[in-house]
Formats: sequence, C-alpha cells, structure tokens
Amino acid sequence: MKSIWPVSVLMILLAALVGLGAAVLATTYPAPHATFSDRPVVYGALPAPQDRARLASWAQPSPDGQWTWQLGDSAASRFSPLDDINARNVAQLKPVFTFETGLKRGHEAGPLVVGDTMYVTTPYPNDVYALDLTRPGAPVKWKYHPQSQKAAQGVACCDVVNRGAVYGAGRLYFNTLDGQTIALDAATGHEVWKAKLAEISKGETITMAPLLAEGRVLVGTSGGEMGVRGSLAALDAASGKLVWRAYSTGPDKDVLIGPEFRPFYKQDQGKDLGVSTWNPEGWKIGGGNPWGWVSYDPELHLIFYGTGNPGPWNPDQRPGDNKWTAGVFARDVRTGQARWFYQTSPHDLFDYDDINESLLLDIPTRQGLRKVVARPARSGFFQIIDRMSGQVLSAKPFAYINSMKGVDLTSGRPIMNPDKEPKEGRTTRNICPAAPGGKDWNPVSFSPRTGLVYIAHNNLCMDEGDVDTNYIAGTPYLGTEARMYPGPGGNRGVFTAWDPVAGRKVWEIREDLPLWSGTLATAGDVVFYGTMDGWFKAIDARTGRLLWRTKLVSGIIGMPMTYKGPDGRQYVAIFAGVGGWSGAIVSGALDPGDPTTALGFVNAMKDLVKRTDAGGRLYVFALPR
Amino acid sequence: MSLPCRVSLLPLAALTLLAACGRETRDFSNRMMDSPHRGAKFSGNAWRISNGARLFVWMNCAGCHSHGGGGIGPPLMDAKWRYGSSMADVAYTILNGRPGGMPAFRGKITEDQAWELAAYVRSMSARTRRDALSGRADEPANVEPLPLEKRRRARAVTPEQDAAQKESSKIEGTGP
Repeated sequence: MKSIWPVSVLMILLAALVGLGAAVLATTYPAPHATFSDRPVVYGALPAPQDRARLASWAQPSPDGQWTWQLGDSAASRFSPLDDINARNVAQLKPVFTFETGLKRGHEAGPLVVGDTMYVTTPYPNDVYALDLTRPGAPVKWKYHPQSQKAAQGVACCDVVNRGAVYGAGRLYFNTLDGQTIALDAATGHEVWKAKLAEISKGETITMAPLLAEGRVLVGTSGGEMGVRGSLAALDAASGKLVWRAYSTGPDKDVLIGPEFRPFYKQDQGKDLGVSTWNPEGWKIGGGNPWGWVSYDPELHLIFYGTGNPGPWNPDQRPGDNKWTAGVFARDVRTGQARWFYQTSPHDLFDYDDINESLLLDIPTRQGLRKVVARPARSGFFQIIDRMSGQVLSAKPFAYINSMKGVDLTSGRPIMNPDKEPKEGRTTRNICPAAPGGKDWNPVSFSPRTGLVYIAHNNLCMDEGDVDTNYIAGTPYLGTEARMYPGPGGNRGVFTAWDPVAGRKVWEIREDLPLWSGTLATAGDVVFYGTMDGWFKAIDARTGRLLWRTKLVSGIIGMPMTYKGPDGRQYVAIFAGVGGWSGAIVSGALDPGDPTTALGFVNAMKDLVKRTDAGGRLYVFALPR
Repeated sequence: MSLPCRVSLLPLAALTLLAACGRETRDFSNRMMDSPHRGAKFSGNAWRISNGARLFVWMNCAGCHSHGGGGIGPPLMDAKWRYGSSMADVAYTILNGRPGGMPAFRGKITEDQAWELAAYVRSMSARTRRDALSGRADEPANVEPLPLEKRRRARAVTPEQDAAQKESSKIEGTGP
C-alpha cells in the first residue's frame, strides 16, 4: 500500500520534531559550572532585634563549652555560646591536631566533647574512639570495635554512613549499620548493653544518631529504599530494654495513635489511616523510616521527628496518601503516644523524605511569643509549625521548587504541579528539587544573635522514569530511575541565611557543588560549613562574607562542632571524608558512564572525582596561643 | 552484476548466516547444564542476554548496581571484578551471594536465569560478542542507551587499554 504522505514530507516533520526536542532540552537543562562565587547575594537586611526568632526558652546550647549531641542541644540549634573565635580573628585559625579513622567512606558524624575527652564515631564498621584532650596530639584513650554483620553494607542505600553518638550520664549511645544500639561506659569504653532493632535480611539498617530524653534512647530505622516499614523505638537508657516502639505505617495500635492524638488537619483524623491510605497490604512494606533527627521539648514532654519516603518510590504502586510517611510526628516521650502529625508530602512522588531536623524556636507574633517547630523540609519549603497543635503557620520556599506550587494553609496540603507528576511508563523531566530535596539530612544552625537559620543545601533537578517493581526482601524496592543535574543558575549548592519569622532569604552564597555538610553558628558571629571538594569555610554570620577557608584532604560532608578544651581555649572540629549519597561516586568508586548511577545522583557529580579523594580525617583548629 | 560474481557471493552469504546462528539459537536441552561450553552458550546468545536484561530489572539488581554504574553495589560496566569476571564466577556470585552484601538469589531464580543474568552483566562492560547485544535499552527513556563503543570507552582509561579491551571483547564468548 502506498502511503498518502510522501516520504520527504515525513522526513521534514521528523526533523522539525527533533529540532523542537533539542530546543526543549536546551531550555530545561542549565549548563553546569555557571556563575558562583564566595560573594554572598544579599536579598534584604537582618531582622530587627524585636522581630527575631529566639531559641526555645529552656534550651541550653553547649553548656560549659561541651558538645554532647550532634545538634548541640535538644532544640537542634547547633549554636555555641563560645566567642573566643570571632569574626575579627577567625582568619588566624590553625590546625592543632588531626585524627585518622583509616576508613575511606563518607564521614557524616561530628565528634562529641565531654570534659577532657573527645568521642569519635566512624562509618561502618562503626568504631568508637575516645581521645584524651589533656595530652598533646590527643592520643587514643580507648577504642571500641562492635561485632557486626558485614553484609549490612549491601542494604545501606547511600554509602555506609553513621551520624554519630549522644552522651548522657557517663554513657555514650550510638547505632551500628546492622541495626544495633550500643551503650558504652564513656570512661572505659566497656559495653554496658546492646539492643537489636533492625534485621538486615529485611533491608533494615540504622544510620541515625540517637537522642537521649527523659531516660530514653530514641532510635529510628533506615531502609526507605528497601521497602522497610519504619519505626522509632524508645529504649530504657539504663538497661537497653524496649519501652515503646511506634511504627510509621499500619493500624493505630502499631503507630501508637490513641485518645491523645489530635492532628490539626482533617485528612489526618480517622481510624487506622495508616492502613486505609494504602493499597491493600502496602503499608507492610511502605517505608516511612525516621532515619533523621529527633528534637525534644522538656517542658511539653514532646519529641518531634520526621518520617521518610514511602516505598516503593514509584507512586503508581501505592495509591493513597500513604500515611504516616513523609511527615512530622509530635509524640509524648514517656509513652510514645502520638500528639499530632503533619504530612509534608502526602502520596510522595519524589522521595521527599521528611526526616530533616526540627528546630524548636519561639517566634514573635502579635499575640506574643509562639512556640514553633521550624523545619527546612526536603520539599524545599521552610515550615513553621505550631509546636502544640501541629498547625502550619507558614511554608515558604528556601530552594527552587517547581514540583509543588505552594502549601494551602487551610488544608495543610501542598499544591501539586500536575506537569511534574511522574507516571509509570513515562519519564517526567526537570523536576525541582530532585530526590535529595531542597535540603537533605545535613543539619542547619540557628543563631539567636542574628535570628537567622543557616542552611547548607542543594540546587538540583531531575528526570524521573517509573517502572513497576517487585518486592524482594533485602533488595531495593524503588521502581524509579532518576538522573540529576544542576538546577537553575547552574550552581549545585546554596548556603542560605533564612529569617524564619518573615519567611525570607536574607542572603545566600551560590556554591558550585551540592552542600552536604552541617552548619555551626557561634556567639562569635561566625558560621562554619564545608564543601564537597574539601574547603572548610568560616563566614560572617551577619553578612555571609567569607572570613577564612582551608582546604582539607577530602571533601566535607560532616558536621562541624566547637568546644572549650581542658586548657580553656576554644576549638573547632570537622571531619574530611567525602561520601554519602552525594559523594558515592568517590567513596564507592562508581561509574559516571551510566546516568542512573546511585539513584541518579552521580550524573550531577561527574567532576567530583577530579576534585577530591576519599578519606577519613578529623581536623581540630584553634587560634594561635 | 555478472553471474560469476553472484555465485562467488553465495559462500559469503552462507558464512554470514552461519555466524548469526549461534547468536539466535535457543537451546532447550538439559544436557547443556554440565557442558563445559555453558558460558559460551549464554554469553554469546541474543535471547539469553535479552532475558538477562529483563531479569536485571525484575530482580531489583538495578536498584543496587543501577544500569552498570553501581550504587549500593559496585559498578558492573568497568574493568574491575571483585570476585572474577568469567561467566561461572558471575553466575556463582548471583546464586550464592558474597559476604560484602551481595544477596544470594538461589531459590528466587533458576540456575539458567542466573547464567542469563551473568551474560547480560558481562555485556555491560562489553565482555561479549557485539552482534548478540540488543540495540535498545529496556529502561525508561531517561536513560540513554549506551552503544557498545561508548561502554568500552567509558571503562578504558588509556588508548592502550581501550585497544586491549577491544581485542579481549573479540575473543569473548569462548567458554567460562
């Protein structure tokens, strides 16, 4: 049969289509390595003193110059009242000693300092070291090497990281990748107790730093990429016995939802929503792992933490809101009973885990100070949520977002952009932010002196293609293939100084690489952070001006901390040890020839191999005597 | 074209057809289980490699190894093999797992399927005859299918290595 279309016409049409496609691609993929510099871009003035956010009234950041918890205090401020190192003298910082872990994987934890001892935790195999700060070079006092299952490395989604320990009453508590929580005698390094909360055969791991509150050690599971049903457990700090365990999916009795549960929004009210908002049985392998940070309000006896992404990533396989994943819980720390819940990303489409830290702030309003939870969410919105009721007071974008158009404050639900909704069997292009979100796990800091939150975060977008996937215990449960690339502007990272009261940027620094380090704010009005090519930087807390920087042996994805040494001097410490999800191309020696490598992150990080090496070295800096 | 010329082309055509035979053969005999040529039967066979490609997604291999670049697990498209690169080594790894975290798939797939997977896995690093490879990828369209030349180049660091790998890929498919 002869076609009614001459071949030549078809060819012209085809050429036009190809041309159109090229034009679309050209507009949606910004060129990498565009403009970025150390000079901050200023958006406005600092808030006036009366308009500034305050740290929760009970919070005592870094008492006696010690650092006993990764986030500084249970309000998650990462603020230190030490001010010997300040904006005027920070440029004189010099390394005092270093410590090698001998490991070449991602070092995300920060050290702790209690009295005259520094405690260091490492990525898998999760060794713990105590360093004697009274002697030159800080020699090792003791080392603890946990017995653990090597195969745990095969179910850890994003490098074999660990986010550190917590100290309380003479003991050190930390988690191992293969799912143990271990209590050590801080003086001797002897094991006090061990508990097992995860099974690697089911894909469960633990990477988070536990929090200590009211004699309970709070531990959350990891495994959102493995179909792990997430849970937060409270262990008795004295014995290691399980006090309560709250699942993130399933019937109310498993989620510890009872008569005290009073969620603010209608869609969160009802019986067994953790079952009815899923496909049949889907909740059993539904994710919601609380692998991030827990905060604690001792006055309200409440803890606050976020739940991770639902599983699988492919949203078509799990119709419904998928409660209680990708949201934030407030619970009574004594009983575990849920008080309220807010779902940041109902029926999550983009791996927007909601595990980021919950800063506990007091915010001035016309009615006086209001107790809030301030959360820089993966979705890219900076949420201000009433600490008592769970009502969202504001949600303003701190990162570039096109996947959601905003948050409806009446219903609490995000307003989705239908153009960016992934569907099985097709590829959705240019979704911003990408799967690691506007900001991932790396914690912010808050300075009550400026009222600003200092956010080290990402500017990445992605293509997402979805396919039907099978659940096989202990293997990935994704159904999504992504590839990431720089967001608008071409800079992959942003350091943002954010006014949480007004909900606006005050200034930002556009960084070439994604920012995967925590930030640290001090009373010396200096803020510290690191870059993935190994620059450790100190900037002015008010203006963002670069005050000092030094290049370390490996890229920085750790959490900077500061302490007062036994000699009374102020020190600053940071790990150099690139890795994690963002640095897996280096720490895991991955191949960038495949754009989907490491869930698509490697596609945005091809140049990292040339810019830094794998390593594991702790640096401690101080001013010259 | 003159008649003698056409006649002289005949053996050539026959040879071409013969060469394609191995690529397209479907061998259902059970005897091949213990054949020393088992590796070759899988690694040079288009049908086996295609099956392997589908299994690679179905069994969640791609969740750890991506489409060859790695992630939780090591890359499969480069020249490094922790536990050996032969068909038998790769099939053994798939069936029995490895202590660093590779799970065992014995009981979840058949032995033949493991060998099909091995054939596909080795094709990622161009360790197989080129004419047996599928021209298109089965993944969603966000993944550009990698032509064989590009795959080989991706893992070759120097031109010498590139040439050496080109040479080695020619002799692939000759047994486990």
